[in-house]
Amino acid sequence: MLRIAKEKLNALYAKISETMGLFIPVKKAGEVNYAVWSEGKEVSLETLKTVKSPKNMFFPQTENMMKFKTEGKEIEVEDLRVDYKEVKEFVLFGVKACDFKAMEVLDKVFLADPVDTYYKSRREATTVVTLACSRPEESCFCSAFGIDATAPQGDVTVWLDENNLYWQANTEQGEKLTEKVSDLFENGGEEDVKAQQAKTKEILAKLPFATLDLSRFKPENLNELFNAPEWESMSEACLGCGTCTFVCPTCQCFDIRDFKTNDGILRYRCWDSCMYSDFTLMAHGNSRTTQMQRFRQRFMHKLVYYPSQNDGLYSCVGCGRCVNKCPQRLNIVKVINTLGGKKND
Amino acid sequence: MIDETLIPKVGVITDVRKDTPDVKTFRVVGKDGKKLFEHMPGQCAMVSVPGVGECMFSITSSPTNMEYMEFSIKKCGCVTEVIHSMEAGAQVTVRGPYGRNFPVEEDFKGKDLLFIAGGIGLAPLRSVINYVRHYRANYGKVVIVYGARSMDDLVDFEEIKTEWMNEPDFNVYLTIDRPQDGWDGHVGFVPAYVKELGLDPNMTAVLCGPPIMIKFTLAGLLELGFEKSRVYTTLELRMKCGVGKCGRCNVGDKFVCKDGPVFRMDQLDELPDEY
Repeated sequence: MLRIAKEKLNALYAKISETMGLFIPVKKAGEVNYAVWSEGKEVSLETLKTVKSPKNMFFPQTENMMKFKTEGKEIEVEDLRVDYKEVKEFVLFGVKACDFKAMEVLDKVFLADPVDTYYKSRREATTVVTLACSRPEESCFCSAFGIDATAPQGDVTVWLDENNLYWQANTEQGEKLTEKVSDLFENGGEEDVKAQQAKTKEILAKLPFATLDLSRFKPENLNELFNAPEWESMSEACLGCGTCTFVCPTCQCFDIRDFKTNDGILRYRCWDSCMYSDFTLMAHGNSRTTQMQRFRQRFMHKLVYYPSQNDGLYSCVGCGRCVNKCPQRLNIVKVINTLGGKKND
Repeated sequence: MIDETLIPKVGVITDVRKDTPDVKTFRVVGKDGKKLFEHMPGQCAMVSVPGVGECMFSITSSPTNMEYMEFSIKKCGCVTEVIHSMEAGAQVTVRGPYGRNFPVEEDFKGKDLLFIAGGIGLAPLRSVINYVRHYRANYGKVVIVYGARSMDDLVDFEEIKTEWMNEPDFNVYLTIDRPQDGWDGHVGFVPAYVKELGLDPNMTAVLCGPPIMIKFTLAGLLELGFEKSRVYTTLELRMKCGVGKCGRCNVGDKFVCKDGPVFRMDQLDELPDEY
């Protein structure tokens, strides 16, 4: 294990930035989100939850995919893909355990055959440095999904305490990054990390949602849960604003659209939301006509459909962003509590 | 970089056939004049008009057609409206094939086959029917029950009359919803007709049409003694990617684009009722 004094972190960021792009939580206009680091930016590793999850590093909110040039009847397709590994490598720094788990959830979608090459090219060009949590909040419930906030994985794991940042490479890619910056580090810190982890665990154990019971969310209960009468009352207040889907680190639904420019037609994709009425609208009708159905779809997908397709892996990581951001105070915790297992009775 | 399925190929429309007042069949090849890609009966492709949009259509031609692909498209939305305005020579983009096909090389082999279609629902079945005709010796007898609103709404009427009706061991039953001058065939809805025909429940059935037709026809088939595990259909939901990633066509733990569009009725029973 390596350690670096907090005062020297700027030097670390600068060193990484010499050869790679560094994405790190940065405070801007009162909000902390992942952004490219440069000298003078206000880094905020202490911020527990970035407003947007780091998913947009690999799956941007909007992304140009291809361009069509038309002349008369002729159509030419122009491939706009970038092979980031060839162009520039990136470091995604400060990813919390929940958001890192969410990357696993997204990988299973985008890297499944046929591979999404847009996603893959960014993913492969990125070295992920995870950051253990030190002050989990009331809205956190990663432990319900078996996630250890004190020991996230990734290419490198770092821990922060009052004085230092501790660094441990986990993969070959992580070792490569470590070599580049090792001059700035000293050896040691195992005991400090253990102490920091113990403190965090104490907080985790006291969190109100730590004991959520997911035992009923199993593929064999799919139809029973789908037909539960509680969906009506749970979804009554839903405005269909889609905020939950946009802040969610695992929501991956997208739209593909065309945009006419002076220089051809751009086909781009952008985040979409199953909470919107036109998400499933077809020329001849809509398979989900009510907000209840759309609300149910989102939670059933996270807690039943996705796990059923992916060996039991839930498509919720307990980051709690939806708990904080829903204007109507609806969230997955309420769904789990209402429909969940015995512990919630 | 490796191929990206979301980036389409350019297709050239070489022929447009007006089937009914709102259905046209478009013949498409690549810019090099060759077939764009191979497919199996029941699979679909994303066809797009750049600047307007991209939609999923079943490939109505049989894979045994080595020269071109055909799409029978009903005019009912903004993309299909533009496609309908196109003539031979116009270009579109095409990507695919997507989805699981009818098990023509597995479960269908050696079986007597019953095809039941309503309206544009014939489009995905035409691919299977012509595949079966091509490999005729591999299959038993074939019964086709096809209904449309009127005589003018029967898709591929010419092919049905001149080819299917003359095929050995093919029985084709046509019906239209209401009586019409010049029609001396059966009049009535498909589900009722299916029951009247007293079909052999040991056949393997394939159903495609409007949801309401499928619902009542299936009920009729079950009454006749058909087993759900030998009744197939093909679903249609909104799609954007075609490969199970954009999330739109998700029903239960399935994506219609990649786990379907072909499903057996007993498989559909497992899914929540949201398709």
